[in-house]
Amino acid sequence: MTLLYSLSGLSYHIQSWLTRLLGNTMAVLVSEMVIVGLCLIGFLVLLSFTLGYMERRVAAFMQLRLGPNRVGPKGTLQIIADTIKLLFKEGLTPTNADKFMFNLAPYIMIITTMLVTAPLAFARNFQIWDLNIGVFYVSAVSSISVIGILMAGWSSNNKYSLLGAMRSGAQIVSYELSIGLSLISIVILTGSLRISDIVMSQQNGWWIFKGHLPALIAFVIFIVASTAEINRAPFDLAEAEQELTAGFHTEYAGMKFAMFLLSEYVNLFIVSALAATLFLGGWMPFHIGSWSGFNHVMDFIPSSLWFMGKTFFVIFIIMWFRWTFPRLRVDQLLNLEWKYLLPISMLNVLLMTLVALLGWHG
Amino acid sequence: MFITEYFKTIFRSVKSLLTGMRLTGYYFTHPSKTLTQEYPDNRKELKLADRFRGEVVMPHTEANEHRCTGCQACELACPNGTIKIITKQEILPDGKKKKRLDTMIYNLSMCTFCNLCIVACPSDAITMSQDFEHSVLDRSKLRKILNKPDSKLMEGVE
Amino acid sequence: MLIEEDYITEEGDFVVNIGPQHPATHGVLHLKVWLDGETIKHIEPHIGYIHRSIEKMSESLSYRQFIYVTSRMDYLSAHINNQACALTVEKAMQIEVPQRAKVIRVLMAELNRLTSHMLWWGCTGLDLGAVSPFFFAFREREIINELMEDTCGARLTMNYMVPGGVMADLHPDFQRKVKEVIAQFKVNIHEYDQLLSDNVIFQERVKGVGYLSKEDAISFGCSGPTARGSGISCDIRKLYPYDGYENLKFDEIIEQGGDCWARYKVRIAEMHQSMSIIDQLIDNIPEGDFQAKTKAVLKLPKGEFYQRVETARGELGVFIVSEGGTTPYRIKYRSPNFSNLSALPTMAKGCKIGDLVAIMSTIDLVIPDVDR
Repeated sequence: MTLLYSLSGLSYHIQSWLTRLLGNTMAVLVSEMVIVGLCLIGFLVLLSFTLGYMERRVAAFMQLRLGPNRVGPKGTLQIIADTIKLLFKEGLTPTNADKFMFNLAPYIMIITTMLVTAPLAFARNFQIWDLNIGVFYVSAVSSISVIGILMAGWSSNNKYSLLGAMRSGAQIVSYELSIGLSLISIVILTGSLRISDIVMSQQNGWWIFKGHLPALIAFVIFIVASTAEINRAPFDLAEAEQELTAGFHTEYAGMKFAMFLLSEYVNLFIVSALAATLFLGGWMPFHIGSWSGFNHVMDFIPSSLWFMGKTFFVIFIIMWFRWTFPRLRVDQLLNLEWKYLLPISMLNVLLMTLVALLGWHG
Repeated sequence: MFITEYFKTIFRSVKSLLTGMRLTGYYFTHPSKTLTQEYPDNRKELKLADRFRGEVVMPHTEANEHRCTGCQACELACPNGTIKIITKQEILPDGKKKKRLDTMIYNLSMCTFCNLCIVACPSDAITMSQDFEHSVLDRSKLRKILNKPDSKLMEGVE
Repeated sequence: MLIEEDYITEEGDFVVNIGPQHPATHGVLHLKVWLDGETIKHIEPHIGYIHRSIEKMSESLSYRQFIYVTSRMDYLSAHINNQACALTVEKAMQIEVPQRAKVIRVLMAELNRLTSHMLWWGCTGLDLGAVSPFFFAFREREIINELMEDTCGARLTMNYMVPGGVMADLHPDFQRKVKEVIAQFKVNIHEYDQLLSDNVIFQERVKGVGYLSKEDAISFGCSGPTARGSGISCDIRKLYPYDGYENLKFDEIIEQGGDCWARYKVRIAEMHQSMSIIDQLIDNIPEGDFQAKTKAVLKLPKGEFYQRVETARGELGVFIVSEGGTTPYRIKYRSPNFSNLSALPTMAKGCKIGDLVAIMSTIDLVIPDVDR
């Protein structure tokens, strides 16, 4: 508990100790490039283990099953066993594949997802890079992943992969718009793209409550569109198993496949974290108006727990979608975006502007 | 009107989606409804149906007696040639020669568990057991001799 | 009507081989699909990957033995296949089947139809990307399978019907358990609606997709729910009743839509009809023998014999040519899936790849029945 409380203090101490030891430039290089990078990789791998386990358990409980329960206590080590299996599998490259692109694609995917984690505020004052265009940065960098998917699909020299990649291209490019618009509707309220500002602006109430109906609509649209953006069911057309066997990663095996898997889970975490930050107050504790006693108890819960709790709540909702709904067809997917989500979110931005102009958002 | 129809469609769709989510959510929050049987752990409680067709066995009494007369009805009834019966001539105490069962070879790997041999047997010598864990590492182990060594025909069975 | 202009392959066509190992082909079906982007231009089904020459095999088996092989054709309606064979032999030998045996046969056949439709429902959901329905479908299916295990001794390839009746009498618990599972299923079938039928995504996926006109359905020889979804009355249980179906009250479900949604509705409604048939019979199983007295070795008189039944997928015909011996001279099965599959290229033309999966799942193909 104490460790969680002093996360910001801890990072500050390490920083000052390194500065004293190595001087400013080297400290930045060592601390930010190496220590933070290693911590991040470790954290994300651990995270994807957790999410993999969580997904299996959630799916199982929704389907009257038990899920993994053999390896380790309650099956917690199953995902580690699977990772070891993937590590030892032969990383095949198809004969007629474009070898350079084929091998590059998983790295592009993983690098993109890791880059996007930079501006996320994991706890109070605990952020890798609090840049002033945080939201815009996330939205911009995350679109690079489509290049990875297209690259994987094209270079595999497999017709299923190609179809999957093309579907994914159309899908991600369209759904970026709705995501962007729903992000903008919150940016209108805060007046800042900086993630820390957005979190701080929710000190006296989260945007989903303070922002009235438009915020709620924006939240729903964001969840739907980001589910499509990260290629998860019911929008998993890029890897539609029953149609395209495995879509763009049909030809990948072993560690390269594991990278796609890892980036899928990390992407899931990122969009959920973003939803939690923008709509549910990030690491801000839950406060109710003037109930100071209640608010004080809420403050006692560490901010990192608040952030993780909210994020996992959103992750659970996205998993819930996946294990309930059938998949859309490719033209229906685009219909949904262009006929429903986009007009509604455009209207919603107008409404939100009205709310902001009238000053109803407190 | 177009606009009302548009919003009605959205409302109806969202409602239908939420209905589905309520169902899966219900089962998520009710783990007691889980149907999974944890098989190797529940071996002791596992109760198979009495008529379950696991494999063909020949029951023997404590005195090492079976009921098979070696009539080969099962061999004829089997559609796959799973059963092979070898008979021998035995001289009875009263001096008569009689055909008796020597070995009954049952090839589990060829059996389709159709129950035709059991139905065909006139003296109820063979029956289906409830054993279903048939996997072995060597195919030759599936070729079984059903009558135990030195077993005899039960008195009174013809 | 055949495909208007047979598609001529050109150099540079985008051809995708779906199957023989593919998650959506439900077995070793191989579809050669010519695509224009995502749109299907032409399909060529390649079959024969699981051909076991059941018809030829049956020629060397006796009339008691050849029945078990038919369980391996349409394994999801094994009882009904066995029933067809038993009926043909009985017809040829003019065996009078006891009333009790007839009722047991109909009960088993309808339970079998229920399990088959349950599995189909689960697989339809699975094919369209919803994994959960599969497990919900298996919940009651498993109980019915256990019921089959109690009485018949096996869960899938039962071999319970024999010429002259059934192999064994019902299990003492049979009636109680059937009532329980039917009562449970009548409640739980509403979950089917909540999870799939009413779901807007599912409806969008199946409505207006894979249209098969009445004329096409007739000319391709479609039968079962596939044809009834196109508005053709073809339920053998109604038209040429066997085993006492003439005394039962049930409706023949016919939908006029001709698309996947119509076929889906036919099957869901058929589940209700099957349950109503079981309700009518379960308390009225007459006493008596479960098997007619027959000779140990069956010999069919010289001649040709044909009997058809309604399996879960359509019309199964068994044609036996006998020369008067203990084994048939020739056996021919008219399997429903082969004819239904032949309509697939017509249905899928102009659809997307995602629709192809929906169409395949609503025809409910069982590939071993296509190849035999």
